Amino acid sequence: MALLEVNDLRTHFFTREGVVRAVDGISFSVDKGKTLGIVGESGCGKSVTALSIIGLIPKPPAKIVSGEVIFEGQDLTTLAEHKLEDVRGREIAMIFQDPMTSLNPTLTIGTQITETIRRHYDVPQKQANKKAVELLEEVQIPRAAERLGDYPHRFSGGMRQRVMIAIALSCDPKLLIADEPTTALDVTVQASVLDLLDDLRAEHDMAVIIITHDMGVVAEVADDILVMYAGQVVEQASTLDLFDRPEHPYTEALLGALPQIEGDGIREGRLTAIPGRPPDLIAPPPACRFAPRCPYAGGDSCTEQMPELREVRAGHWVRSAHPTCERAGDRAPEGARA
Amino acid sequence: MNERTPLLEVTDLHKHFPVREGWLIERKVSDVKAVDGVTFALAEGETLGLVGESGSGKSTTGYCVLQLLKPTSGSVKFEGTELTTLGREEMRKMRREMQIVFQDPYSSLDPRMTVGDIVGEPLIVHGIGTRRDRGVRIRELLDVVGFNPSFTNRYPHEFSGGQRQRIGIARALALAPKLIVCDEPVSALDVSIQAQILNLLKDLQRDLALTYLFIAHDLAVVRSMSDRIAVMNKGQLVEIGPAEQVYTNPQDDYTKALLSAVPIPDPRAMKERKAARRKLRHALAEGV
Repeated sequence: MALLEVNDLRTHFFTREGVVRAVDGISFSVDKGKTLGIVGESGCGKSVTALSIIGLIPKPPAKIVSGEVIFEGQDLTTLAEHKLEDVRGREIAMIFQDPMTSLNPTLTIGTQITETIRRHYDVPQKQANKKAVELLEEVQIPRAAERLGDYPHRFSGGMRQRVMIAIALSCDPKLLIADEPTTALDVTVQASVLDLLDDLRAEHDMAVIIITHDMGVVAEVADDILVMYAGQVVEQASTLDLFDRPEHPYTEALLGALPQIEGDGIREGRLTAIPGRPPDLIAPPPACRFAPRCPYAGGDSCTEQMPELREVRAGHWVRSAHPTCERAGDRAPEGARA
Repeated sequence: MNERTPLLEVTDLHKHFPVREGWLIERKVSDVKAVDGVTFALAEGETLGLVGESGSGKSTTGYCVLQLLKPTSGSVKFEGTELTTLGREEMRKMRREMQIVFQDPYSSLDPRMTVGDIVGEPLIVHGIGTRRDRGVRIRELLDVVGFNPSFTNRYPHEFSGGQRQRIGIARALALAPKLIVCDEPVSALDVSIQAQILNLLKDLQRDLALTYLFIAHDLAVVRSMSDRIAVMNKGQLVEIGPAEQVYTNPQDDYTKALLSAVPIPDPRAMKERKAARRKLRHALAEGV
């Protein structure tokens, strides 16, 4: 049985302008010890998905209008807030993008780590402190015992993210959700934080959901990948299969839009830009949401009917009427991709 | 390319910021050497990529080139004219030739000005053309950057990040400059939009013979734009050379570490890179 199973989750925001369908029918599961990457551009609903799982969406305006989040056999969407608080932090932990704002600047980091431990376990402060030092050592913060009394401003961005990871790990969670955990960090710091996360996942046998806009980051850490577009899953596959044989025109275009670091003709060449921009989620396109930007759409079902998420080969799911494997000649119409 | 007279010549550029301490009576205790002896030249029509991590001094270098920050010492020559000793008025005239595109298209455009006014303002400042001429020029500029010219009376908040960056680029082009400093022009944008803007910058360079000083932290973005690349760390250039050479055969340890840390969208290659970078990190840690 999967550790976490999300079934047809829909989270909508009820605003004055209308209903924003931020997450619109998402299903996936994560197994123990595995890393799932959720990738997509801003506004695709990846963060709202994460916040919906642990019940941190702002209500109102947001509301989970349907679907289930089954964690260890229990539906979290129907759980009372005080019960959910026992799960949050202890069973499922989350780290956020910005290590500069997610720590409280007026409390020492020792206080911030031990408050989580003491919320969930009935231990004296002294023992919690001891655990905090161990955690800081585990995330490789030098002179851990001395640094317990320091305030967040004494730490660099990368170090703060390590402190956040220490807090997330303090109760030995079974699932860690990392929302853009390295986006605010420099590339060398990002590399060490990603390596650390991967080591910790292996040691603690945790499941990890990593949410990012960076195709390079998911290629590096994820076992399986979910590509989101306009509130929906458009493609889902194992990491290797997704990068070897992307099926959805959006995934394909996204990979083509990435500048490469090695190869020939990089300077002279042009990137494959995706024309237009993601749709307005108050009034999304009636059928396939990618159709207005898709080089293969037009004159057929995908502008009239929403394609279902279907399995084109074992473990590879795609929501498109024109997956790569079904396209004649394997090429876009001339000029369509410019 | 190196044999031509350089358009821009920067020699031993320094920019130090004083660090002050004390309550009521402040005194200078030390200097932060943001730029610490940087030398490079830029030929006409060329793109030099300036890459580095946050705090490396790459943006400060860009600002010093345009004299938006006054360098502490060193020389900046544009077409042979020394900029660091120019007076205010003379420098203002020189700015017609050199413009900047900023990182954040959300905060770099005045929210109270219309798109047309934003793009046309440099023309007014430099007293170019009649009102009518300017209107024509504004529409032309917007058209060049792929922005619908019929939206000149709208305000920036009505547009997405990519569209706003097009407005910023149109403004930078208004005076037909020779040199544009691009300071992280795509780092606030999504990948698909980023590709549109990078393509636009390449097209403009080809059509208008522009010279770019392209500053960014994203190594792949810099690679795709640049003929030559300079790697900056702690205020100094640690390596400069043809893009291909710097990336495939880096000489400096910092450049190596930086390149090895970049996640690339290829899971198989990534496995090897991960192992290699762990090794490199250990080696560097032990070397210190």
